[in-house]
Amino acid sequence: MTALTATVPSPARQHGLAANLRNIASIAWRSLVQIKHNPMELLDLSVQPVMFLLLFTFMFGGQMSGSPQEYLQYALAGLIVQNSVFTALNTAVGLHSDVAKGVYDRFRSLPIARPVPLIGRILADMVKQVWAVALMLVLGLIIGFDLNGGIGGALASLALLLVFTLAMAWLNVLLGLVAGSEEKVMMFGFTIAMPLSFTSSAFVRTDTLPSALQFWAEKINPVTAIADSVRGLLDGTPVGHSVIVTLVWAAGLVVVFFPLAMRAYRAKLS
Amino acid sequence: MTRHTEHAVWAEGLTKSFKETKALTGVDLAVRTGTVHGVLGPNGAGKTTAVRILTTLLRADAGRALVGGFDVATESARIRAQIGLTGQYASVDEMLTGFENLLLIGRLLGFTRPQAKTRAGELLERFDLSHAADRAAKTFSGGMRRRLDLAASLVGGPRILFLDEPTTGLDPHARNELWAIVRELVAEGVTVLLTTQYLEEADQLADEIAVIDHGRVIATGAPEELKSKVGGQVLYVRAERGTDVGVVKGLLAEVAGREVTAEGEGLTVPVTDTKVMPAAALRLEQAGIEVAEFSLRRPSLDEVFLTLTGAPAQPVEVPA
Ligand SMILES: Nc1ncnc2c1ncn2[C@@H]1O[C@H](COP(=O)(O)OP(=O)(O)OP(=O)(O)O)[C@@H](O)[C@H]1O
Ligand SMILES: [Mg+2]
Repeated sequence: MTALTATVPSPARQHGLAANLRNIASIAWRSLVQIKHNPMELLDLSVQPVMFLLLFTFMFGGQMSGSPQEYLQYALAGLIVQNSVFTALNTAVGLHSDVAKGVYDRFRSLPIARPVPLIGRILADMVKQVWAVALMLVLGLIIGFDLNGGIGGALASLALLLVFTLAMAWLNVLLGLVAGSEEKVMMFGFTIAMPLSFTSSAFVRTDTLPSALQFWAEKINPVTAIADSVRGLLDGTPVGHSVIVTLVWAAGLVVVFFPLAMRAYRAKLS
Repeated sequence: MTRHTEHAVWAEGLTKSFKETKALTGVDLAVRTGTVHGVLGPNGAGKTTAVRILTTLLRADAGRALVGGFDVATESARIRAQIGLTGQYASVDEMLTGFENLLLIGRLLGFTRPQAKTRAGELLERFDLSHAADRAAKTFSGGMRRRLDLAASLVGGPRILFLDEPTTGLDPHARNELWAIVRELVAEGVTVLLTTQYLEEADQLADEIAVIDHGRVIATGAPEELKSKVGGQVLYVRAERGTDVGVVKGLLAEVAGREVTAEGEGLTVPVTDTKVMPAAALRLEQAGIEVAEFSLRRPSLDEVFLTLTGAPAQPVEVPA
């Protein structure tokens, strides 16, 4: 019978930048390795984007733009953006479930810096974003998307998407912490994400919209800015204005929701 | 200021409210290093709240607490490096395997990957979970989850272990195993603070018990002390014929002058006066009641508990 506590090795220091980075990596590893045991998440992360891409291209493409090919060229960016917005909800759902199931209590009883579990989760969710974007891009290329912007354009659009989803993460952290149940997280998240992504330039040209809606879609809805940016970057066309609008939105989201999210995170303590 | 090193856990005047609910109204605790301290209380007494404050998961509204000599309010990092916590509800990550759960905790405690792997393997083996090491924890039974949860709290070899209702929901066999583990830990010098609703558990494990009700400690002492606090002993009488119970009850109440309670098929009454026993025997004889069992014993903790919590609102002053 081995001793329960006698054989314990002496641990490394648990403070300092190196320790924090290592702990963040451990938490991120945990989020990613979960996928292995959770087929639903794989479905969410891989099957759903593929399905939407194929459905939109081949079902709507002909009627929307004359041919699936033509429509794919327009809508791929929108589909990627929409998928990113929905994938970002994972942060809220996962965080809520960790808090509800006591996993966060376990983390918080360990000698690691308090923000580490949160940062680790967000990092893992960014990795998932990269995976989904890459998957959709590659599939898009296979079914005939012309990447006129080249690898550079693809990487730039990925970077912009990551900046934007990182900014959205704080909204999702807040949502995950304050919502009463996992269902409410999902419901609230969808209620925002669904209309936001559809009332934008993600799937249709905004010039066909009724004027009020057009105003909303072009001048206010941030999804239009990010979709136009990604589209332009993938297509190799000038994108200056929409990229700036996207970055301003990202900064705004951080300024508003980062403090609120951190306050809610700390409040879970008392 | 003294560091209270003779006490692994020491708290004074802890209070905590959630909105209008007063969860703790003034908890004092002193857990000697190397002992098992039982915190005994009914649902909603404040056990979990107290444990969460002591493990730095929750901040008290007022009062002070030292764990391992460190202040929960200002030195939480130092405390977290030397405690283990098994919460009331298993906090294992359901989507990870048993092995991965322990590996993650080892890494977060600062072990190298090989160290963390070795430690995870040891604990899985020790807690009889090796066969399930590579299965996601969501497929574990309740007992397996609790075991994994306990293993998780031991990865770092804590010097002070907090167990919040560790045996709730376990079958008797699993409960005995857990008791054995607690004893083993104590033999290794670990201080254990455990909460429980089971008096038997506190009686079996604890060197010292704090009875908590409505957010405050209403009695403390070794199990034996608590039992004697309730005052003398208990007379247990079981009549041969069930139909005699009513008569026996009236009779005992009259002789002992105390409230009679049913226990199983018999009746108990606290006795403080040694004359009660022969008097009761005589009266039963005169009444022509056939007695199957007639015994004097120390009160069980259940009786202690009822006596202590039966009169809430004020600290107990039990007649000796
Ligand atoms: N987060 C919270 N928000 C509001 N009220 C709470 C919260 N946590 C505990 N309480 C309240 O505080 C009181 C003490 O709760 P606590 O969980 O500490 O009791 P307990 O002794 O652990 O009970 P049990 O045996 O049921 O686990 C209860 O009235 C409970 O409803
Ligand atoms: Mg509790």
